[in-house]
Amino acid sequence: MADKIILEVARYSPEQDTKPCFATYEVPVHKEWVVLDALNYIKDKVDGSLTYRWSCRMGICGSCGMMVNGEPKLTCATFLSSYAHNGNKIRVEPLRYFPVVRDLVTELSDFLVKLKKVKPWLIRKDTVPLSQGEFLQTPEQLDYYKQFSMCINCTLCYSACPVVGLDPKFVGPAAIALAQRYNLDSRDQGAVERIAVLAHPEGIWGCTFVGECTKVCPKHVDPAGAIQQYKLNAVLDWLTSFLMPRGHNSQDVKP
Amino acid sequence: MDVSSHDVLLVGGGGAGLRAAIAAAEVNPQLSIAVVSKVYPMRSHTVSAEGGAAGVIKEDDSLDEHAYDSISGGDWLCDQDAVETFVKEAPQELLQLERWGCPWSREPNGHIAVRAFGGMKKRRTWFAADKTGFHMLHTLFQTSLRFDPITRYDEWFVTKLLVDEGRVQGVVAIELMSGRIQAITAKAVILCTGGCGRIFPFTTNANIKNGDGMALAYRAGAPLKDMEFVQYHPTGLPFTGILITEAARSEGGYMLNKDGYRYLQDYNLGKPQPKPVLRSMELGPRDRLSQAFVSEDQKGRTIQTPYGSIVHLDLRHLGEKVINTKLPFVRELCMKYQNIDPVKELIPVRPVVHYMMGGVSTDIDGATPLAGLYAAGEVACVSINGANRLGSNSLPECLVFGARAGKAAALFAAQQKVPNGSVLAQATDERKRLESQFLFKTGGRERISTIREGMQTTVEKCAGIYRDGASLAEGADTLRQLQERFADINLDDHNRTFNTELEAALELGFMLDVAESIVQCALHRTESRGAHQRTDFPARDDKRFLAHSIVHRNPDGSSRVELLPVKITRWAPGERVYGELSQTNEPPQAVLTRKAG
Ligand SMILES: Cc1cc2nc3c(=O)[nH]c(=O)nc-3n(C[C@H](O)[C@H](O)[C@H](O)COP(=O)(O)OP(=O)(O)OC[C@H]3O[C@@H](n4cnc5c(N)ncnc54)[C@H](O)[C@@H]3O)c2cc1C
Ligand code: FES
Repeated sequence: MADKIILEVARYSPEQDTKPCFATYEVPVHKEWVVLDALNYIKDKVDGSLTYRWSCRMGICGSCGMMVNGEPKLTCATFLSSYAHNGNKIRVEPLRYFPVVRDLVTELSDFLVKLKKVKPWLIRKDTVPLSQGEFLQTPEQLDYYKQFSMCINCTLCYSACPVVGLDPKFVGPAAIALAQRYNLDSRDQGAVERIAVLAHPEGIWGCTFVGECTKVCPKHVDPAGAIQQYKLNAVLDWLTSFLMPRGHNSQDVKP
Repeated sequence: MDVSSHDVLLVGGGGAGLRAAIAAAEVNPQLSIAVVSKVYPMRSHTVSAEGGAAGVIKEDDSLDEHAYDSISGGDWLCDQDAVETFVKEAPQELLQLERWGCPWSREPNGHIAVRAFGGMKKRRTWFAADKTGFHMLHTLFQTSLRFDPITRYDEWFVTKLLVDEGRVQGVVAIELMSGRIQAITAKAVILCTGGCGRIFPFTTNANIKNGDGMALAYRAGAPLKDMEFVQYHPTGLPFTGILITEAARSEGGYMLNKDGYRYLQDYNLGKPQPKPVLRSMELGPRDRLSQAFVSEDQKGRTIQTPYGSIVHLDLRHLGEKVINTKLPFVRELCMKYQNIDPVKELIPVRPVVHYMMGGVSTDIDGATPLAGLYAAGEVACVSINGANRLGSNSLPECLVFGARAGKAAALFAAQQKVPNGSVLAQATDERKRLESQFLFKTGGRERISTIREGMQTTVEKCAGIYRDGASLAEGADTLRQLQERFADINLDDHNRTFNTELEAALELGFMLDVAESIVQCALHRTESRGAHQRTDFPARDDKRFLAHSIVHRNPDGSSRVELLPVKITRWAPGERVYGELSQTNEPPQAVLTRKAG
């Protein structure tokens, strides 16, 4: 394995630059090092102004997403050594389709607005006092939504999604998967309240099912699956709405 | 200068901060509540907690047993009134989280499942597979979104507490996105900034755990408590320090030395059994397991690697199915970061700095001695953790004392006047300090990383698993020199926009202050107890030290350590017994008669 590798890092400061450019750094390669370690090496030893986010370094806080050689990746979970054969060069850029604040830092406030829009909290029509104990939920019922509860909000899926690129208003994969996480939870009674946002041209109907979101998800959440599932149910709802009194809908059908 | 105003202000949006914010909003929906966090709340370090959260819920268990395990686990340094409150409210809080949607793991009949944890005599640790902290934090964050009184300041970094007329009246903070420095005033401030593991070179703690809140309080005149008690977790992956949760041992993992021998049997922790036995062997408390590692190392029975000595954690006999259902994250972390598969291979591990028992001194409502200032979560010391925290007690601690602090602060805030104008002059001074000493300063000669590494090696050397007076005194000197060199710091980055180097410099300043308080408390405590082991004073000394260390900052920047007696309600100090004996002995109950009230 090469003991050095070249990192080409996108740099941009709104106070100094009119447009982004690339800076090149040579960093040592250790077998245990991930791309994030290389960035930390640069920041500590070479240029303290290099700007990026990170925190846990164990793939769970969702801070360190960047484009690595054109693919959205968690840089704390991407080994340098897996690029050692690649002409010994790695290109690191901010996540695609987000406005860039500086260097590798993207603007996330729009994503947070979208998250809130889908009402990602447990909605109950009743209030049951704590003294009555837990709501029962079998392991099978838990399994039904568990996968969609694994999202770490790293936003890699937004960078992978061509629809996000074309229509910034699209609610997007992570937010839809999160909505589905609650819709499918046996304790939740809020699917009806989430319909307005989801069954909308900027909700699930925006998705053209490219499936890239699922491919890049580091936590195997499968947002594309969530969207397809919801689309199918939404069509059923539309059909059944002709048959049943309002208020009933298949989004409430769960094991 | 720009100013915004709120009634209650949270510094920190982790488990404790979000729980406190929701509690304050529920107590009084008229209040305006601010959550100020240097990272988006769901990035807070609570997210990486793996194993679980303790709370008595099963028929065979009792509050007294949870209290006794915590108190004996803490080597009798816990305040027993705090522990009693804690064990009573923990199950309620965990249930509340269930109501908010936390995906707790379940038994086949749909009830909450619990698992064993180190130092606990009964199974009482609730878990969400091995991503408990992740699920708790996301549940709290998502639930907080529906509370309109809560305003978030995401990616705002607090640099100072504003104190006037003996009362905390707000903070100064930098909005990272714009670099704007402004005052945010409030009638009550709650610190929920988490721990300070980054003071040490090898830690499970995230990059954001720099003791900010401890330093903020200390500088503002609120004392810190029991800072010498730093927990090493026995099973960290070498190099990265990534934690392999204790749940791996509760599910039946073995600790093996270089000869494949379950060495814990040599350290008064019981006899090896094929299946895990509570409070025994691999399920002993963390301080004892980490100390056993050091002895094995000295006997030459560990394995040498480029990243220090290691022993092995063996999960192979559990089989793929158990590992996949109970410990999926452990497998993921081993495969992704260590390139080994625990189904087939041994996991290399070594003790790693994990948790801070000490912190800002508070009462059981989270109130500090400084009016208007509260603290909860890992930043605080109530104290329920004493000299050694039991695994899975700190997540529920964030909930119980977060909620209590949120309520207490809301009640306090409702009775206060609007903060007075003189704090704004202080805020302007703080802005000038940040600009002249860091942002616009040129010509400094020291790099942040050099001083940070100097601090980390110093603290590890003098205040690691074993300590002694001479090396502590030497460490204190080195830290003073590092403080002086810190004044000569140089920043490469003079931009306002998202200046992470400025942030790193301020964090280093916080860490240096906290490091000093750790070393001073460790010097002062001339006994061995729990996680604080002095080779020059190897015995526990209840006569002098059944007491908390309270460290104040003097006006000249030096520190002063005093002792505050431990609150004993019902459990007289005894010996800590693990292994077989702890199975037969019933916990000594109500040794002391309970005082009225
Ligand atoms: C790897 C790991 C595994 C663990 N597993 C368990 C377990 O299984 N069970 C258990 O009980 N405990 C566990 N713990 C311990 C437990 O997770 C922590 O003690 C707890 O989560 C701390 O929560 P907190 O809310 O106090 O702080 P954190 O979650 O660390 O949050 C701190 C907050 O403060 C903010 N902040 C800090 N400084 C500033 C500043 N200057 N300005 C603005 N905001 C600031 C941060 O942005 C963040 O929002 C584990 C710890 C680690 C490291
Ligand atoms: S640093 Fe937390 S996910 Fe990479």
